[in-house]
Amino acid sequence: MSEVAIGRPAPAPSGDRLTRWLKSPWRKPVGLAAFTWAYLAWSILPVLVAIAFSFNAGRSRSTWQGFSFRWWWQDPTDSLFHDPALRSAITQSLKLSIVTMLIAVPLGTLFAIAIDRWHTKPARFANFGMLFSFVLPEIILGVALYLLFTNLLRSLVPLGTGAQLLGLITFQLSYPVIIVRARLLTIGGFYEEAAMDLGARPRQAITRVLLPLLYPAIFASFAIVFADTIDDFVTVNYLSSTLATQPLSVKIYSAARASPTPAVNAAATFMLITTFVAIGIAIMMYRWFTRGQRSGGSSVTEFVQL
Amino acid sequence: MASAPTTTTPPAEPPVKQSKRAAKKAAREESGAWYPRWYWPSLASPSALWLAIFFILPLYVVVSVAFGTSDPIFGAPLPVYEPWYWSGSSFQQVIKRFVGPASFWQPSLIRTLVFVAIASLICVVVGFLVAYYVARYGGKRKTLYLVLLVAPFWISYLMRIFAWQSLLQPNGYVNDFLRIIHVAPTPIDWLSGKPVTVILSLVYGYIPYMILPIYGGIDRMNVSWLEASKDLGANPFRTFFRVTIPVSKQAILAGAVIVSLPMFGDYYTNNLMGSSRTSMYGNLIDKTITQQGQGPRAGSLVLILMVLLLIPMLYYLRSTRRAAEGVE
Repeated sequence: MSEVAIGRPAPAPSGDRLTRWLKSPWRKPVGLAAFTWAYLAWSILPVLVAIAFSFNAGRSRSTWQGFSFRWWWQDPTDSLFHDPALRSAITQSLKLSIVTMLIAVPLGTLFAIAIDRWHTKPARFANFGMLFSFVLPEIILGVALYLLFTNLLRSLVPLGTGAQLLGLITFQLSYPVIIVRARLLTIGGFYEEAAMDLGARPRQAITRVLLPLLYPAIFASFAIVFADTIDDFVTVNYLSSTLATQPLSVKIYSAARASPTPAVNAAATFMLITTFVAIGIAIMMYRWFTRGQRSGGSSVTEFVQL
Repeated sequence: MASAPTTTTPPAEPPVKQSKRAAKKAAREESGAWYPRWYWPSLASPSALWLAIFFILPLYVVVSVAFGTSDPIFGAPLPVYEPWYWSGSSFQQVIKRFVGPASFWQPSLIRTLVFVAIASLICVVVGFLVAYYVARYGGKRKTLYLVLLVAPFWISYLMRIFAWQSLLQPNGYVNDFLRIIHVAPTPIDWLSGKPVTVILSLVYGYIPYMILPIYGGIDRMNVSWLEASKDLGANPFRTFFRVTIPVSKQAILAGAVIVSLPMFGDYYTNNLMGSSRTSMYGNLIDKTITQQGQGPRAGSLVLILMVLLLIPMLYYLRSTRRAAEGVE
């Protein structure tokens, strides 16, 4: 703080204070701050408006007609929890997300550990493939899997829940790999070596030392895969067969193209709440598992930076 | 760092010792004294096998469909899996629709390039300013800023676009606002295929992916470099263009690639916010894939997109690998 006091010229009796303030190199960048807040408002307010309209009493999603729970549960046919199509979509969304999460995260974690330690050509090649699946636009993978399941594997995997799961897992596999590898880089190999110096067998060193150290990253991966899967739309849309296999995201998309009621807002809000609950649980887990290791700073920041 | 750390940190090890240890470790790993030879491959193989079947194989099927034919009666694609029987006729037809006299898909291609270029540029400028402010002046509120910046990640893309679709209705809040401030007395039909709407929607959808990498880049920047530049007599503009930009260039380019890649394949934004007048490359794929007898064309479109995006994808992978090595 001392340099500010030295650097600021002594207040002159005359002179334009505004010009001096504008020229001062130590002033807060007010314009930039205003721009940042305008950006944040622009990015978040529309979503808040959409959430508010899920409680609209009328059919409109752009004109406010009073508060009600009509589109959540009060309407016996068209509300989120009573419309049979939306109800089955909720179940389908949750089913797909939970199964994808339970398969993709363990597979990806094992892969990350192996790639981190196994420096050979095939390992590098496999890792390249994994990262490539991360950057490939989803429409390419979605259409490719659609063509795979409608041609080569037509008799083995018909379109529907099974195909959707296989596609989602493929698309999500890279997230746990990237997150767990980042954590492995910060852990280093020393804990394992110490465990083995103390007499642990290689497998024990992994299951009893390395794996507990990886729990934060693994829980973060669970949350991210769950949240990303429940929001996924391109892959599941191409790989869905009947109306019954369309999850919430696909319903929202088709409703938004036709004539949506605030029930769509309620469906989207429901997805949002599910995602945030998952993230909240993951942050709590993260805090719990890193309780002895934090160097200061909030766990939220660390989690966000994952 | 003004405040001295109260905890006793171990003194940094001399670099010679560290490299020795690393060399030792590498030698041990190579000799395989700690783990059996089959150990790591067996952990990696389930995922590797998965990728081979559900990632590499589908891409091969795309090629087979693109160079195959379609059933003359039912219209289903007849993929050809043997490269020596491949026929390029469908692929040639697709190419002819992009270049030449009957190129009625060309507008979509050009539109996609222009839209993605403008949207990415806006993402870079806006993303840089916001990331710069949060990284350098965030202060105590940094966590709050970061949470707000990350929040859009967890809100479904569809919901965010749907929110704007509602706001931009003829009787929506945007038109109400413009009427109140006397900019537009009559409602503007934003959703009738206006390029502005589609471009801004793309920006809105993908900009969160831009801000975080740039934030990381600026956050790592050493403030003393800026001070040094100032001390050496550079004015703020010179400092910005000669220090800040070069230092964060890598992050900006990586961010630009990571936002533009999904934009190239985007079809849902235009389907919700635009019309056929603003249709993009992704819309071509989405339309042809569901049409009878168009399978080989859809395959060709996907193949062309993949080839076009190969260079930016490889660039991104290389730059992230470099960044990871730099951290190590």
